[in-house]
Amino acid sequence: MSIEGQPTAGPEEQGTRPASTPSTRRAVIVGGNRIPFARAGGAYAKSSNLDMLTAALDGLIARFGLQDERVGEVAAGAVLKHSRDFNLTREAVLGSALSAETPAYDLQQACATGLETVVGLANKIKLGQIESAIAGGVDSASDAPVVVSEGLREVILDLNRAKTLPQRLQILSRLRPKDLAPLAPGTAEPRTGLSMGEHQALTTAQWKISRQAQDELAYNSHRNLAAAYESGFFDDLITPYRGLSRDGNLRPDTSQEKLAALKPVFGRNLGADATMTAGNSTPLTDGASTVLLASDAWADAHDLPKLAAVVDAEAAAVDFVHGKDGLLMAPVFAVPRLLARHNLTLADIDFFEIHEAFAATVLSTLAAWEDEEFGRTRLGLDGAFGKVDPARLNVNGSSLAAGHPFAATGGRIVASLAKQLHARGSTDGRPARGLVSVCAAGGQGVVAVLESL
Amino acid sequence: MTDKYAQLVNHGLGRNVARKLGLPQPAALRRYQPGQPLITGPVLVQGSSAGADTLATELLSWDLDVRRHAVPREKLGAIILVLDEVERPEDLEKPILVAGASLRDLAPGGRVLTVSRPAPEADSPAAAAARQGVDGFLRSLAKELRAGATGNGILLAEGVQVTSPGALAAVRFFLSGRSAFVDGQFLKISSPAGELSHNPEQPLAGKVAVVTGAARGIGAQIARTLHRDGATVVLVDLPAAGEHLAAVANEVKGTALQLDITREDAGQRILEHAMQRHGRLNIVVHNAGITRDKLLANMDQSRWSSVININIVAQLRINEALLGSEHFRGAPRIVSVASTSGIAGNRGQTNYAASKGGVMGMVRASAPLLAAVGGSINAVAPGFIETEMTERIPFALREIARRANSLQQGGRPGDVAEAIAFLVSDAAAGINGEVLRVCGQNMVGA
Repeated sequence: MSIEGQPTAGPEEQGTRPASTPSTRRAVIVGGNRIPFARAGGAYAKSSNLDMLTAALDGLIARFGLQDERVGEVAAGAVLKHSRDFNLTREAVLGSALSAETPAYDLQQACATGLETVVGLANKIKLGQIESAIAGGVDSASDAPVVVSEGLREVILDLNRAKTLPQRLQILSRLRPKDLAPLAPGTAEPRTGLSMGEHQALTTAQWKISRQAQDELAYNSHRNLAAAYESGFFDDLITPYRGLSRDGNLRPDTSQEKLAALKPVFGRNLGADATMTAGNSTPLTDGASTVLLASDAWADAHDLPKLAAVVDAEAAAVDFVHGKDGLLMAPVFAVPRLLARHNLTLADIDFFEIHEAFAATVLSTLAAWEDEEFGRTRLGLDGAFGKVDPARLNVNGSSLAAGHPFAATGGRIVASLAKQLHARGSTDGRPARGLVSVCAAGGQGVVAVLESL
Repeated sequence: MTDKYAQLVNHGLGRNVARKLGLPQPAALRRYQPGQPLITGPVLVQGSSAGADTLATELLSWDLDVRRHAVPREKLGAIILVLDEVERPEDLEKPILVAGASLRDLAPGGRVLTVSRPAPEADSPAAAAARQGVDGFLRSLAKELRAGATGNGILLAEGVQVTSPGALAAVRFFLSGRSAFVDGQFLKISSPAGELSHNPEQPLAGKVAVVTGAARGIGAQIARTLHRDGATVVLVDLPAAGEHLAAVANEVKGTALQLDITREDAGQRILEHAMQRHGRLNIVVHNAGITRDKLLANMDQSRWSSVININIVAQLRINEALLGSEHFRGAPRIVSVASTSGIAGNRGQTNYAASKGGVMGMVRASAPLLAAVGGSINAVAPGFIETEMTERIPFALREIARRANSLQQGGRPGDVAEAIAFLVSDAAAGINGEVLRVCGQNMVGA
């Protein structure tokens, strides 16, 4: 893999980038911090997105001694967001121990928000626009915005514009009792009316993913996450918050038997073929995460560690509206494009971090990559894209165990993977490589490759 | 954590009632604030030795108002009795009685300081008697002082002059508000090592200090005090205490290291963090500790072993790693937090007292190892300190513990932190292997 400015690129890796790629420098991951993720309505029920993002930032600042530091830029976002939080990230910066002269912006790309902040800020560093950055994301399913009905909203706005009392009374007379009921935030896709789980149930059935395989993946997620906690892996990745020091969703004592006993919650119209349960789907979760990015020079000048480099990223989208592909299958297309750009195959990846929106999402993705016809007809390859070694998949657990506060998942994955890659160091004389894949609402997906330092 | 009784009897009606009823009237202690003068009022230096003269001259150079003879009815900031050449018990009479005549003139928050030599090092029984006499005298006098005044003693080992850096640093510490809750104690200066700071407001400037158990209470205050004195602080606490740890770290602009100190590699992890982030490690404060109180008859294995492991075994292991490293060679300083429980014992605390006794044993035995690399190791033994931990003691018991010292009040976390900040300064390098009590002269123990 060729990274401009990195002296160790081997001869066989040269010339694999398009000639048009401008000369850039490296963006490195220094480390990360997140708060433990809590099940919705749990430990963070009374915490706002701003509270949680600020807490995650402050933990990062404490870990790396960034008090009063003017960071190049901070970018974060939330999927479920109050309109009052129009400047969420900047407000979090102002509430943190960072210099008040640190600029910030909000970004939103559904569940890919967190990863996209990493990608965007890493690119700014590579281009030399900034020397340091903090990427992040936060979501609260507990403190979700509640919206008034369209009827009430129109009445309120019209009242504002009315000038006389009769006008106001006439407008008020339009109000109907049903207009007073608040609307809870929906997770249904606007164009299909189906929830994400119902969409995945269609894909799960299409790829014939078994209940047992899904439960096994969920079990591994809990087992791996619990083991990572036990080994102290998260000691420098997590700062406790509101009495929680581990992810609230983690069930270290779960078993495949317990998971097998759960009733299906999605795709119930499939009857006996319904496979998706609360155990092999992610729960609604609250949490926040941050990642510290830097140029080599900035990290060195601040005596900070360099765990991994952000090599490259790719976004994709699928036409799920017309049923051409499943809602959460965009990474299936993004990954082959990204790896091709670097002359890599799945066998060249040492650690896979495939976000577990549902166990079946991961398994459908792997099934598509292993399918010869899909490889030929949809990916434009000679055959199947390839196989992911299960031993390299989500080795420190993923969203099924940790939970999934939508915009915070990308930061969780990137920081953990960077640490894992750094611990592995080099493999076969080359840096260890990691792949991050995050699916998102709207049929989107963002994927990225990291490399150990 | 507030001492409501002390507030009550220090103001208006409460003060009058307490005085008439003869109730204890704990004084508001004179505590150090950056920028404040070392001491207000003249300093009377008593004693006829050459040491008394040189000390008086030295204090003049600190811009203090120094008296060699008392002026009747002039309020004194401090009385220093230099008794470094007493040969026989009879030699004590004159300087002590002259000083005694001035005691009524000692200002609130005043200081009495003796400077003498350790009895065990005396070359005659009479000299040893005179020296040991200073010990009994000072401890009794400290109990007679009122209004937040304290009495302490400096012991100069053979060959250590009163003008040695360690002795002068100790004089400065005891005169200052930094020693507010140290009373009736002796501190030995065992070597002429050390260097007085050119910057008394920031004596730890340029130093990198690690504080364990820094998320709360005394540990958090130690971090704040070392930072105030100029050090860059690495704050260590359990991963589960990370939220408080991060808040304190951001407050003192240090770095948080979430680490269980009982891990086998804790010393290595501390060193790595300090070296990578800050390029050096100068100071380690072993503050992390727990209590798991139970009468011995009811003591189970986990209560005993967790206290021993965290309070002493972890410190031994970390010190071993530090002393084995080439990065801990440049005049390193270690201070461990012990406890008066480890000196006098405490019902229900056999495990805790064993661990804290262990800390003091370790400190004494490690002194030569630290001296070999130009460093020092000492312990601070707090008495009753107002913390979240002591807040949980039942009310009546807490009141007794609080009042059972010469200052009739509990100390503050900052009082312990001040003593530690003093002991880790380069000026105090001549103090090695000592245990300094910060207990307001607690009635229990020595």
